[in-house]
Amino acid sequence: MMYVIPEDIEFIVPVDLREALELINKLNNVKALAGGTDLVVDLKTGRFKPKYVVYIGGLKELRYIRDNNGSLHIGAVTTIQEILDSKIIAEKAPLLRAATEKFAYWQIRNTATIGGNLCNASPAADTAPPLLVYEAIIKAESVRGSRLIPIREFFKGPRQTALERDELVTEIIVPYKDLENSGYSYFKVGRRRGYDISLVAVACVVKVEGGVISDVRLALNSVAPIPVRAMNVEKTLIGKKPSLEIIEESSKLVVYDISPISDVRAPIEYRQYMAKLLTREALLEALKKTGVM
Amino acid sequence: MCINMVKVAFKVNGEHIELDVSPRELLINTLRSKLGLTSVKYGCGIGECGACTVLVNGEPVLACLTLTVDVNSKDIITLEGLSKNGLTDIQRAFIEEGAIQCGYCTPGFIIMAEYMLREVPNPTISDVKEYLKGNLCRCTGYINIFRAVLKAAKSRVSR
Ligand SMILES: Cc1cc2nc3c(=O)[nH]c(=O)nc-3n(C[C@H](O)[C@H](O)[C@H](O)COP(=O)(O)OP(=O)(O)OC[C@H]3O[C@@H](n4cnc5c(N)ncnc54)[C@H](O)[C@@H]3O)c2cc1C
Ligand code: FES
Ligand code: FES
Repeated sequence: MMYVIPEDIEFIVPVDLREALELINKLNNVKALAGGTDLVVDLKTGRFKPKYVVYIGGLKELRYIRDNNGSLHIGAVTTIQEILDSKIIAEKAPLLRAATEKFAYWQIRNTATIGGNLCNASPAADTAPPLLVYEAIIKAESVRGSRLIPIREFFKGPRQTALERDELVTEIIVPYKDLENSGYSYFKVGRRRGYDISLVAVACVVKVEGGVISDVRLALNSVAPIPVRAMNVEKTLIGKKPSLEIIEESSKLVVYDISPISDVRAPIEYRQYMAKLLTREALLEALKKTGVM
Repeated sequence: MCINMVKVAFKVNGEHIELDVSPRELLINTLRSKLGLTSVKYGCGIGECGACTVLVNGEPVLACLTLTVDVNSKDIITLEGLSKNGLTDIQRAFIEEGAIQCGYCTPGFIIMAEYMLREVPNPTISDVKEYLKGNLCRCTGYINIFRAVLKAAKSRVSR
């Protein structure tokens, strides 16, 4: 069954983005295919049964990493491995790099794209927590033009996004200026090294100025229908002097930011427990990187 | 039903290949069924086992999740290509260390080990574990595989 993609599907390889957008606008029951690490599996299992598949993974104009005025601009079909290997990302958005380091394994990372990771909208997507922390902006394009969607409004539910039927994500914009020179960390627990679909992951950035926490942002995946920011934890920490006590106390509040479920991968109690634990560890590690703890 | 066949041209193990394929054809099937390269193993079909790993432009990729149209004009290496001139040092080390039982996972491991040794000529045991973490073996328990890869690394460095 998993040998082939079932017969009744037509694949189309557009020559450029414009053609891709026209096809997606014109055709009914159509899906875009980037790296295919989610979609090829979904086509094999029949979870999705599109009539047409438009192959966007080969569109060179959507594959780039650029630094522009305090923001990184990442083309949607840039692969996870390209992000992991990128010097600009390591320097300007090290938290995003840290998350891609924990992303699956070599063979998958070489194919999986950042756009596919977001558009697949799995609650476990590993690029989502860091991008929530950076308050990234998703550029969506269609034949009607383009619009910018703040990442916090992008995820609508498991496998559901704010995209219109005929829109493609073309770029991810990562503003990093505010978070330069801050401590960061990404913690993730999965079932198996390599097949690391996360059970809980926490992304964290902390900035300390004048001895107090001047900015702190945390985001988690796999603990709610969509990846979430931990606003209750953040609020408790802001303006405080970093200490073990305040970390301990604030990380417990993460349970008010999340709404985990029990599923085949883990029960609710485990996810709650791990969310608290990883939040604490993530804060500690990020603060260590700032040099204050 | 309308099947739009696509012409693809790519290199496999140094040889130029031109084929008409359906754009939904998966690389694993092109390699195994059309080109007879049966070292590329079908383990899970969903990206979890690494048995179908091949090198595409020098990078390891899963043939079970790759469309053949996507390798157009690219350069593919399978284990047949690596061992064109006889057993490689990694293959010999696998045999010597008993790193093979049923052998089904072996080609994938050897491709990944080859990739690692090109990137990290002097690997530690944790490098080996990191690079091979996407490959599953149901038989050997990994210890002998790690030992074999480290042995091959050593022999390469001292060469
Ligand atoms: C073995 C294995 C391990 C994995 N491990 C991880 C992991 O550790 N962490 C993790 O986060 N994920 C993991 N994944 C999931 C998957 O690899 C990622 O979600 C990946 O980033 C998807 O990208 P893709 O390019 O392969 O997407 P595709 O499969 O090509 O597409 C996914 C979905 O998004 C849509 N889409 C793609 N690009 C666009 C676009 N530009 N605009 C609009 N829609 C688009 C497609 O139509 C499709 O519905 C794993 C998958 C496998 C098979
Ligand atoms: S067959 Fe491709 S990863 Fe298992
Ligand atoms: S030797 Fe049998 S699966 Fe590895």
